[in-house]
Order: sequence, then C-alpha cells, then structure tokens
Amino acid sequence: MKQLVIYLMAEPETPELARAAVDGGASIVELGFPFSDPLADGPVVRRAGERALARGMRTQQCIEVLARTRELVDVPLVPMTYSSLLEAWGWERFADDIASAGATSMIVADLPAGEHGDARRVQLVAPTSTDERIALAGEQTDGWLYLVTLTGITGARDEVSPALAGLVARARRLVDVPLYAGFGISTPAQARTVAELADGIVVGSRAVEVAEQGPDALRDYVASLREALETVAV
Amino acid sequence: MTLTDYGAYGGRYVPETLIPALDELERGWREALADDAFHAELHALATTYAGRPTPLTLAERFAPGKRIYLKREDLLHTGAHKLNNALGQAVLARRLGKHRIIAETGAGQHGVATATVCARFGFDCVVYMGEEDMRRQKPNVERMRLLGAEVRSVDFGTKTLKEATSEAIRDWITNVETTHYLIGSCVGPAPYPELVAELQSVIGREAREQLLAAEGRLPEAVVACVGGGSNAIGLFHGFLDDDDVRLVGVEAAGAASLGTGRPGVLHGARSSVLADDDGQIADAHSISAGLDYPGVGPEHAYLRDIGRAEYVGATDDEALAAFRDLARTEGIIPALEPAHALARARELDAELVLVGLSGRGDKDLAEALAHLKP
Repeated sequence: MKQLVIYLMAEPETPELARAAVDGGASIVELGFPFSDPLADGPVVRRAGERALARGMRTQQCIEVLARTRELVDVPLVPMTYSSLLEAWGWERFADDIASAGATSMIVADLPAGEHGDARRVQLVAPTSTDERIALAGEQTDGWLYLVTLTGITGARDEVSPALAGLVARARRLVDVPLYAGFGISTPAQARTVAELADGIVVGSRAVEVAEQGPDALRDYVASLREALETVAV
Repeated sequence: MTLTDYGAYGGRYVPETLIPALDELERGWREALADDAFHAELHALATTYAGRPTPLTLAERFAPGKRIYLKREDLLHTGAHKLNNALGQAVLARRLGKHRIIAETGAGQHGVATATVCARFGFDCVVYMGEEDMRRQKPNVERMRLLGAEVRSVDFGTKTLKEATSEAIRDWITNVETTHYLIGSCVGPAPYPELVAELQSVIGREAREQLLAAEGRLPEAVVACVGGGSNAIGLFHGFLDDDDVRLVGVEAAGAASLGTGRPGVLHGARSSVLADDDGQIADAHSISAGLDYPGVGPEHAYLRDIGRAEYVGATDDEALAAFRDLARTEGIIPALEPAHALARARELDAELVLVGLSGRGDKDLAEALAHLKP
C-alpha cells in the first residue's frame, strides 16, 4: 500500500483533526511545531505557524498536542520543525521528550544531512542534491527518505514537478529505504502521478488549508487522496 | 565543513536544496581567492569605480581631548561600506555563471550597493525589503528602482530586515540554479560569513596602514557599529592580531544580539540571537534600520566568547545626539548606524580611537529630523 503522509500544524484542535485524517486514510501524520522564521515554508504553512504562535503554541504545548494525538490515533506521528527549537530545548531532551509523547522520529527542515548526525531524523533530499548527498542522506535517515519534489518551498503547485522522476530514479539506485515525496502535491490526480513513482506522498499546505474547515472536511479530503492512491498498482 | 572555525558558531542550517549551491559557492570562492586575476579585478574596481582607498579623518572638534579618527566609508561610492562586499560578490557571481542576483536590505544601503553592481555588470536584480523599512528609507527605495532593480516589499512578520532575509532565502531556494544570493552581511550559512568578512577586510587593512602613517602607532581601541556586523568585522580584521588593540562593537540597545542574546539558529547559522526560551526569534528594535536585526554574524559571537572583542549598546537617543554632534562639529552627516559607534567612542576610556564611519546619513534625514529637537 502506498503511504499517505498528512502534515498538520500543532494547535489545540490538532488531535481531533489528526484522527479525522487517519479515518480518511492517512498512514503517517506530521505535526508542525511552529517557528517564527520558517525558511522552507511557503505562505500557507508560514501563516498557519504565525497563527499557532499567536495562540501560544510553544514547544511544551506542541509536545502536549503530540501526546493527546497519540491517544487518539495509532499511526506514526512525526514532528516537523526547525533547528532553533531544538537548540533552545536541548537536542537530546527534544528527542527524548517527543519520543515519550509518542513520536516516531522527526523532521528538521533546516538541518541537512551531515549536520548534527547525533539527532536521528527523517532526512530530506531535493532535485539539486548530488548523488553523494543522496547516498549520505539515505545512510543517515530514520525509516524513510523525504524526497522534495521540486526546487522550492512548500505550497500547492499546478503541476507535478518534472524533476521528480529523475530524483526518484537516482534515489532508487543509491539508497535502500522507502521514498516518500512531498512539496507541491495537493490534488488526487497529482497524488496518483507521484505515487506511481514514489512509495508514498506527503501533503502539507492543502491539508493545512482544508483543516481550517474542520475534521469532516479534512477526512473527506484525505479520503479523496487515499482513493487516488488505491488506483496505483503497488 | 565550514571554512573557518568559529567555535560552536556558524554552520549550514538551511534546507537541503541549498547545500549544493553552497558547495559550489565555496569552491568558486576558494578558486577566486587563489586567482591573481580575481584580486586584480577587485582592486581595479575598488580604485577606479568605488573610490578606494577611503580617507581617514581626524575628528578634533567632535571629541576634544581625544584623537578620534574616522574611517570614511561614507565616502565610498553609494555612500556606505556595503559596496565592498557587493562588488566582490558580483565578480564571484559572474565567475559562477549566475546572471540573476537577489539580496535583502534593511537600511537600503546594501540594496543600493547590490542594485549598483547589477547595473554595472548587467545582472537582473531583485531586492527584498520590509514594508516598515521601505517607509523609513524611502530615498534608497527610489535609488534602487532608478538603478533598475525590482524592490519586493515584505509585508508580514516584523516587516523589517529579518523577514526580508527570510524571503530572500526562500527566493534562493526556489531559483537557486540561476541565482546568486548576494547576502549583505557576515551572516548566513557557510561560506557567507567568511566570504563577506574577507571582502570587507579591506577597510581594516587600509585603516591600519593609514593610522600608522598618521600617528606612528596603533589605536588603543577600534570601534564600529554592529547589526549583522560586516563593517565591524571588516575593520576588526585589520587588528585581530594586534593584541593590545581593543575591539569594541556597538549594538543598538534594542537589538543587542550579542549583549542580551542567546545561542540560537537564524538564517542558516548558529550564532547569538534575540530569541525567547523556546527559540522563537524575538523582535528587535532600533531607530536605525540597519541595526534592527535580531541576529549577528557568527564570528562576532566567537570573538565575544573568546574575549577578543567586547560588545556594548547605544540607545536611539544617544545615537541621535552623536548624529547631530558630528554634523555640527565636523560637517559630516553620518548614517544612524555608525552614530551608535560614535556615541560610545567619544566616552571610551582611551585617547587614540579609530571609528568605522560605515555610511553617510542622507538616507536618515527624515527619520532623524523627526526625532531631533531643533
């Protein structure tokens, strides 16, 4: 089965939203811990982060949301954040605390392979990555490799990036872990196209937008993506 | 691997997409440094276009009883030290085959320097600038546009240099294959802090030679304002090995990343930043847009920690007073940024002092006059 990763910003409503996403067919949920200066994020996730911070979502509150989400769903939960939060909380302490709250690994958007090798995490590779870097990220990654489909920041796009096929081909040759592709994927048609290449897909910005309409809308949206993935031969 | 060891500071805290471009930049920079033609071209541009060497001026009436010398980067083409870096990076960008240049700007001086070199080299130019800074520094916005640059307003968050820098980095992530990010200070991921420091170190090399010629001895103290810290690092580099010369960086009191900050990660590097207990970056405040930044170059954090440089603050009011006093005693209108350095330099416990006058104050007239009593 193709994996469907749904990103949600950590806010008080997020546990119920995560349950709706899982009901709709999400197989992994990423939980965004907001940062004031999210370099890798486009306007949708950036604004969601600004809102979450304005509502008081700091690291402790995010860990509490993670723990409450853990009680509601049984899929892997992966915090996604930026180095500054780990620096302030303490790198080891952060890893310990999210693990205690039920996380499976983490993603640090501004921490490329090779920096802080002690912090186990899902590594990202991009179309610009050299073969050497893809191999390094594959060695260091925790469970699966996050393929950034395009040269750019997060956010919905009209078309699936033409760079993805080449990146998947190189990653297949160089690493031996599942490949989940994200950035720019928002529609069922795009989900299907990407899933024909990769082992899973990650949907962020559009999921964050739909989540603003509540759990029912999110469940229906995620179900539409899951349905599209079901049509892809494994 | 970073090129220069700044202790626990520096690094490359950026999305993976940029790592190959930083590797390419680092290689290109190393090759350029080893190439006599690069140095010859920079020297020719410095002397025939930029106006180097800039003079050293003794400010006798500004600080009676002291010998305060001003290193006059305000007399450099475009009116500030920023051009040293912009010219060097433009030559580097051409060597790397990049024809589109992006930059961030706070006070607008780096934006003007970047727009200037882009006009000179025939590059496309996009400058990101916070909405609040565009209001404060309107003449520089108009200069950039006249020079052919596109100025993109950043209207979220603090609407100042911090957000403009984030937005420039997002542009770079998106257009990295065609674009060189001409960062304006000794901040950002490696190799930028070292690269910018090296390009600005011409200030310190010249000043050391000029001061020795004028006084026959080294200064007791070297004082410069610190926002991101490029003019200070350029001036300090001339004196790093002179153990008896005090190096004093002056931050805006409301943006004292070194004075009141904590270790943190901002814009691609680990340094001393203004942040809360959770690592969320705090808002800085300064009347001077060029110092209104919650981060600082990693080398400054390192120089502070090892005790080689000291960092103090100056308030808006102290800077404004020095701004007015230099105008009335020396006939020199400084930018508000180096006015912070002037404020501390004149009361420093030292007689022979070198001050980096990093830029001229034309851009600040409206803002300063609104605050100064006649």
